[in-house]
Amino acid sequence: MEATPLSDRVTQTEEKEYSYLNLGPTHPATHGIFQNILKMDGEVIVDAEPTIGYIHRAFEKLAERRPFYQVTPITDRLNYCSAPINNIGWHMTVEKLLGIEIPKRVQYLRVIIMELARITDHIICNAVIGVDTGALTGFVYMFQQRELVYEIYEEICGARLTSNIGRIGGFERDFSPKAWDKINHFLIEFPKVLKEFENLMTRNRIFMDRTIGVGGITAERALNYSFSGPNLRAAGVDYDIRVAKPYCSYEDFEFVIPVGINGDVYDRFMVRQEEMWQSLSIIKQAIAKLPEGPFHATVPDFYLPPKEEVYNNMEALIYHFKIVMGETDVPKGEVYHAVEGGNGELGFYLISDGGRTPFRLHFRRPCFIFYQAYPEMIKGSMLSDAILTMSSMNVIAGELDA
Amino acid sequence: MEVVEQEKIIGAINEKFEGQILKTEMLYDFFTITLKKDSIIDIIGHLYHHPSTQFQYLTTLCGIHYPDQKQIAMMYQLHNLVSNVQVRLKIHLPEENPTVPTLTPVFAAANWLERETYDFFGVIFQGHPNLKRILNVDEMIIFPMRKEYPLEDQTREDKNDTMFGR
Repeated sequence: MEATPLSDRVTQTEEKEYSYLNLGPTHPATHGIFQNILKMDGEVIVDAEPTIGYIHRAFEKLAERRPFYQVTPITDRLNYCSAPINNIGWHMTVEKLLGIEIPKRVQYLRVIIMELARITDHIICNAVIGVDTGALTGFVYMFQQRELVYEIYEEICGARLTSNIGRIGGFERDFSPKAWDKINHFLIEFPKVLKEFENLMTRNRIFMDRTIGVGGITAERALNYSFSGPNLRAAGVDYDIRVAKPYCSYEDFEFVIPVGINGDVYDRFMVRQEEMWQSLSIIKQAIAKLPEGPFHATVPDFYLPPKEEVYNNMEALIYHFKIVMGETDVPKGEVYHAVEGGNGELGFYLISDGGRTPFRLHFRRPCFIFYQAYPEMIKGSMLSDAILTMSSMNVIAGELDA
Repeated sequence: MEVVEQEKIIGAINEKFEGQILKTEMLYDFFTITLKKDSIIDIIGHLYHHPSTQFQYLTTLCGIHYPDQKQIAMMYQLHNLVSNVQVRLKIHLPEENPTVPTLTPVFAAANWLERETYDFFGVIFQGHPNLKRILNVDEMIIFPMRKEYPLEDQTREDKNDTMFGR
């Protein structure tokens, strides 16, 4: 029997068969509850269908029944890796609605807290990128530093992860000497560790081979997908709300917005890495320039009076009661305020109809918006690269699902 | 925002869509234009390409339910990252059967945002590639962010909220 030539046999093959792989929702490699149904051709991803909403908690609906100060704990649970940025973003939204003038000292203190939160956010993301490429050492090492920041939060507001930091109008108390000690200790310790982490990762041959050219996105597509934050900057667009629409006196500080070129995993890693150095520099500048003054604005209608006053003074007692019951008058209005969160533009769109609660509150959640580009970014790549792409985008389930 | 910038946007809209603008106002620091609902997507597409506006970044979009007017409003926030100008466009749809064309051909980011708005307000986006619920379960039969669905069970008697509460 004569053998058929090889070329004929190849053309005779039947239509390609794909296999489907269920990645998630509770796979440890996804760092959260995300499900992706992957259409696979061998180990190459042909298509992906994400399903989200596993930890949806109806925050926008909940907020419609809560007085303004009670919305703050909800914002904690959006991006829980950098909760203080969410809290302070919300306080500033309400302050904008009420037209409250915030003392300079409060603004500087807020900048310190927000930049510390940004550092913790980036620590988690970059350390986890290391884990996904097989470098667990850096992760453990960096997480010790995250612990130091959480101790600073603890000293300032008493909480760690879901911080509920600050109040409408300022902070609940001034930073204690112990808090300052801890901040200074962190500022001395962290650069050493960060430098060492950088030495471990950035020029590491294995790490570079695993990350360069993986999960890339062009600036054009990133803008069309409304990317923001480090992911957009890694693609080469220098959009940072701290500069575009300065809030909280960010215009007083000198800092650089790092941008990448390819928008791949390596660029996102490097952008976050550089942002941590910039955050450190901002904190140092803020401490150096810290003005004297009160730690909260004078807004008796919204800022709780001190407890001794409440027990001994009738006005303070009345204000306390009215604030806690949410019975203070709020102007009607419609306001949008955005802050540069750990992941990008975190916006609060608030409509007040003069009632005790928001009439409508919409959170512009950066994760929710850029995660929809995920199928496009992993098409044609390997499964292991898909996991790396997800961790480098820093998709936080709490922010994704609201 | 300066008046010059506002006039630029209004001029760009009036160039091609005369008579579509119902109201313009400054809401705090945000310039807001209320439009007729008919050609909102064409107007956004026009502002995307128009040389004097070039709103090529969709910040966010969401729905708002106004039960008194029996209306559902749609809000689109656009941003020009080069000149750093932002604008908010608003349209009002009837509460019964709110439909509007999809924004996905212009902005890929609109895909999930519109699905979210459908999920919570029941706004139908004509031409959307995959209009199904996104955060709630598929079996849900209501659109929970509408005001007729209160957060708590209103038949409860153990909790009297007549003094405080909406």
